[in-house]
Amino acid sequence: MSEPLIEVAGLTKRFRVSAGGSGTTGGSRTLRALVARRKVVTALDEVSFRIGAGELVGYIGPNGAGKSTTVKILSGILVPDAGRCVVAGRVPWRERVAHVATIGVVFGQRSQLWWDLPVIESFDLLRDIYRLQPAAYRETRDELIELLAIAPLLAVPVRQLSLGQRMRCELAAALLHRPRLLFLDEPTIGLDAVAKLAVRDIIRRLQGRGVTTILTTHDLDDVEALCPRVLVIGAGSILFDGSVADLRAGVDRERILTVDLEHEVGSFATSSATVVSAAGRRVVLRYDPTRIPTPRIIEEVARDNDVRDLYIEPQPIDELVARLYRNLELEEA
Amino acid sequence: MTLALRLAPYRGVLRARWRETLQYRLAALAGFGTQCYWGLLRLMILAAFYQSGPADATDFSFAHAVPYVWLGQALLSLFPFRLDADLADSVRTGSVASELLRPIDLYSYWFWRMAAWRLAQAAPRCLLMVVVAAVILPLVGLDEWALTGPAGGAAAGMYLLATALALLLGVAVTAVLISLMFWTVSSEGARYILPAIVWFGGGLVIPLPLLPDGLAAVLGYLPFAGLMDIPFRIYVGHLAGAEALARLALQVGWLVLLVLLGRLLLARGLRRVVILGG
Amino acid sequence: MAASRGTLRTVPMASGAVWLYLRFAATHFRAQMQYPGALALQIIGSALFTAIEFAGVWALLNRFGNVRGWELAEVAVLYGLVMVGFSAAEATGRGFDTFHRQVRGGGFDRVLLRPRHTVLQVAGADFAFHRAGRWLHGAAILVWGLCNAGIAWNPARVILLAETIAGVTVLFLGVFVAVAAVTFWTVQSLELFAIVSNGSVDAGSYPATVYRRFMRHFLFYLVPIGTVTYFPVAALLGRPDPLGTPPWFGWIAPAAAPLFLAAALLLWRLGTRHYSSTGS
Repeated sequence: MSEPLIEVAGLTKRFRVSAGGSGTTGGSRTLRALVARRKVVTALDEVSFRIGAGELVGYIGPNGAGKSTTVKILSGILVPDAGRCVVAGRVPWRERVAHVATIGVVFGQRSQLWWDLPVIESFDLLRDIYRLQPAAYRETRDELIELLAIAPLLAVPVRQLSLGQRMRCELAAALLHRPRLLFLDEPTIGLDAVAKLAVRDIIRRLQGRGVTTILTTHDLDDVEALCPRVLVIGAGSILFDGSVADLRAGVDRERILTVDLEHEVGSFATSSATVVSAAGRRVVLRYDPTRIPTPRIIEEVARDNDVRDLYIEPQPIDELVARLYRNLELEEA
Repeated sequence: MTLALRLAPYRGVLRARWRETLQYRLAALAGFGTQCYWGLLRLMILAAFYQSGPADATDFSFAHAVPYVWLGQALLSLFPFRLDADLADSVRTGSVASELLRPIDLYSYWFWRMAAWRLAQAAPRCLLMVVVAAVILPLVGLDEWALTGPAGGAAAGMYLLATALALLLGVAVTAVLISLMFWTVSSEGARYILPAIVWFGGGLVIPLPLLPDGLAAVLGYLPFAGLMDIPFRIYVGHLAGAEALARLALQVGWLVLLVLLGRLLLARGLRRVVILGG
Repeated sequence: MAASRGTLRTVPMASGAVWLYLRFAATHFRAQMQYPGALALQIIGSALFTAIEFAGVWALLNRFGNVRGWELAEVAVLYGLVMVGFSAAEATGRGFDTFHRQVRGGGFDRVLLRPRHTVLQVAGADFAFHRAGRWLHGAAILVWGLCNAGIAWNPARVILLAETIAGVTVLFLGVFVAVAAVTFWTVQSLELFAIVSNGSVDAGSYPATVYRRFMRHFLFYLVPIGTVTYFPVAALLGRPDPLGTPPWFGWIAPAAAPLFLAAALLLWRLGTRHYSSTGS
């Protein structure tokens, strides 16, 4: 890791929310402020981490865990209550204009482009907003158009693009000013499988260009496919900081063994593993390889049954993370 | 079990419901405050004119004008300033064709739906406005701008009838305009031009009797006068006796005509949609 | 390092704020011109709406002859001024007028994520070119009023007129900014705000002597539409003020508009600060 691009220490943010207000009633905040009592919710509780230049970091956590609060503080649009936060030598919210000129943000659910304008006109407006040199702008733009394969989309108004097409244009728009730091917020949400893979491929290639990237997502497949490093946040604290492999090792070492039999499953019993399911011709087992070595369990299953095929997988990462959150809740209770 | 304990759940429900209603209603309340302000502003301006001009400028006195203005503010949402959005959309997109699958008379369905919706919109505001204009204004010393009662028993009865007719007339106007969208496609025109015509022709900009006599006479025979001007003038007693009855008949006449026109346009429009395949 | 060049490659001179604002305007103009039919209808509609308002003013003066001694041409000057200023402010500061729609669902985040002043970006987010209809209508009435009110023209009065037109426009811009700033706290735009914007149009169309004292105070001190229209126009017409202000006051009264705009921008700043500490 080279010198850190982002340094966060003891970052704390609290919000006042109305007690019991579900927020879905559609009522006005002004009135609720008068009617309801308020309580304080801690969105970030002394969060600290460092991210080096050029890293691609997955930032995951359940809703309300503090993900978007962190991203908002790092991008300079939210002021924390306490703590230190330096991005590329600047305190984001103190020098908002200078800071945001060096970052790019993509929201999966919200467009950064002008809805009624052809894509290329949005790009040209961004050139003027970011005060880019015409020559440098053209160079970057053409590079991105090629990289993201959006040449056929440039003349199309944004509202007519499919979600996958729009996402590629959003990525280009966020990179026109050559940011050092890129925030991707749910970039694959709502995309079909093909578009999702395309976007992942693009993110990977961008990373090769040296852009430091923070990916917040609910799609853990994205994280597993892209991020060498993952930060897990829950209830305002960093629960885990490391590689996906370490995340697996730290939380839970269990593996999943799926066995396909030649016959219908009758009653299936084994002393060394937990039966997750047993139906039709398929049995799914969960076991801990540190307690029973993998060859042993295969041997055991093959001895007692007429096995046609079997395969072993790690636990799906969703379950790992769910387990991490559950552990946290247990500690809190 | 004590009585208080027995009633506790109901009290809880009531309190929750009240709070919810209150939250939903803040926007409505703000709108109401705005209407009170408008009413006061218009009356202040009118009062200045009455004080500045000669005494015989009009037979429509300031005492007539005060209830006229307040009723206009109170019943504002009863009138067709805008087209009902989802009906308009269903016509524009052609999805209205699917309504034909239902065993209902589409026109009646539209008509009563809009009428009920407008009534529900207008009723709470109207009650509040009456309280403010008739009770609170005198209490704060603004008697000469307070809403007074109708000009008499007969006037009150005819007023209620005329207001009911006005509501139906407003719905009939909207139904015609929505049906027209089978052909014009763009609702923009109606959306921008309709409110201006209704405001002026109904007497919301200034009471119709204050317009030049010739113009007032012409506007008095158009359907827009039936939306506001006729009921209000009956209320204040500026229209009475046989003349009032004649105006009620005029309202009925326009209502029948517009309902027939609306039905015709809707039937033609639906046939068009079915042929075009929606 | 390629990534860090972004900040160095900037052109501070060529992309001034005014230029960017004009770029926004041109872009919006092109987008709205994609539907020329709708734009034309909107222009007609907006002109029609003011036309009926003025028809009301005309009808009342036709029947009563005057209001507090002001006759039709004189009231037309007031009315035309307010309409010209209001529609110009509406066309150019439309982004503030529709700000409550932008801010809903975190749209203001996008503004904060771009390296330009928030006021510039919000102002440039929307333009109401269809207000041209209203502006032309107001201008026509203003010119008619000026020609028929028997004004003794001299260079000072020409300057006063220009000053007043600018003052009314600036005041309404201030109104839009102030109303938009309040939505940082209320989130939704309350219909109540119409009192301040549209209400000022109606109230400013008549001489301030029409109103009761409490209303006059509102129009002189709180949202000073009365100050920036009534005193200058009285001075322009050479009318003594029955309220007792000296005639020279009309020449300095339009200065209330930039003061109001400054206060509105201050409120805007407080609003953005509130936003960045609550995130909503």
